[in-house]
Amino acid sequence: MREITASEITGAVARLCVEANRHLPADVAQALREARAAEDWASAGGILDLLLKNADIARETCMPICQDTGMAVVFADVGQEVHIAGDFEAAVNEGVRRGYTDGLLRKSVVGDPLRRANTRDNTPAVLHVRLVPGDRLTLTVAPKGFGSENMSRLAMLTPAAGAEGVRDFVLETVERAGANPCPPMVLGVGIGSDFEGVAELAKRALLLPLGEANPDAYYAEMERELLAAVNRTGIGPQGLGGRTTCLGVHILAAPTHIAGLPVAVNVSCHVTRHQTAVL
Amino acid sequence: MRKLTTPLDEATVLSLRAGDEVLLSGTVYTARDAAHLRMLECLRRGEPLPFDPEGQVIYYAGPTPTPEGRPIGSIGPTTSTRMDAATPTLLALGLRGMIGKGQRGPAVAAAMREHPAVYFVAVGGAAALMADCVTACEVIAWDDLGPESVKRLTLRDLPLTVALDAYGGDAFTLGREAWLQAQHRQND
Repeated sequence: MREITASEITGAVARLCVEANRHLPADVAQALREARAAEDWASAGGILDLLLKNADIARETCMPICQDTGMAVVFADVGQEVHIAGDFEAAVNEGVRRGYTDGLLRKSVVGDPLRRANTRDNTPAVLHVRLVPGDRLTLTVAPKGFGSENMSRLAMLTPAAGAEGVRDFVLETVERAGANPCPPMVLGVGIGSDFEGVAELAKRALLLPLGEANPDAYYAEMERELLAAVNRTGIGPQGLGGRTTCLGVHILAAPTHIAGLPVAVNVSCHVTRHQTAVL
Repeated sequence: MRKLTTPLDEATVLSLRAGDEVLLSGTVYTARDAAHLRMLECLRRGEPLPFDPEGQVIYYAGPTPTPEGRPIGSIGPTTSTRMDAATPTLLALGLRGMIGKGQRGPAVAAAMREHPAVYFVAVGGAAALMADCVTACEVIAWDDLGPESVKRLTLRDLPLTVALDAYGGDAFTLGREAWLQAQHRQND
């Protein structure tokens, strides 16, 4: 049994909140540079240049890349041989509070969805915990802005709809999203599981490194086809036209019921942020 | 690139066309979801708005907290369509311009033709870069809303694209169709 204290967890979450908001992940930066090189539409290229310049300015000035520093979505893989000294959930939320306060990040959370008073410290986090073998605790903070989150969709398709039904649903989601999610976007697609499970699959798919294909050749092909189809829509950067509508599509599939085909599309933006630490 | 300074008069607005790229300077006011609801509430009660909309430009934005020694934190546009319900009312009061991101509903485009106005888009997510275009920031109303308070900003050369003009021209549709036609020609 290995002990990890609540204060270590708080410190790590605080640091990850700040880093994720100031530094574009290397895979996203690389995907943006490649997209810029391949973009031959002048106005679209100009916008991609501004996005790359923005990431440089954010890093140099220690300012957030985007003003929507998001809800703090925290993934914790807790080794089953870890003993946590203190209140785990309180430790994570204290980390969010410190990261967002000390790191001068925007407080974008309201405490009640209808009465809407701002909690003023960006808590609580959206927390996903898994118990895994080992004696480590892996923490990933993925701040999620709502320009893109609002464009995300979920459907319970029939098994007969099949791969084509999934494809149509993804493309319809992109079409409805248009300029709103700050394209070039990143798409996390969940297929299978159940109602709440498929949404989490889609969210987790956004954590996968861009440019890395699905290990299952069937889904790798589907990812390639979807990416190509989205980039034929002409929506382009910021929706103003061009080739670069999407930087990557990641699919996570899971077993499901004989009667169902759940599909979820979590839309993300060109600032698809995530930082990980292992304690 | 064409340079504009606020306030905007009718002639300036009428000279702009969807797809034009401009650099905007001068005073603009931030307001987003909560501030728009409160502005409508003010009008219902017959109370004055935090600023007179005549000739002015609203920036749909809520910045990150201001760091020491800088005028403002990161400040990019938020999704404009969430403000659509309040926009025709403000346009009728003389609002001349809006800055945000994404498409607007048909009621906004119609109101912009009736009361000539322009809707600009800023590059969503390029918020650190845009902070460099703000030289002053002052909260003028509803501090309790935090990032959603109404702020008076002074801009210097904020890079924008005219997304909707006063004639119903729409840069999203025009830009996309132009690209699709170019692809079509290439493939012929």
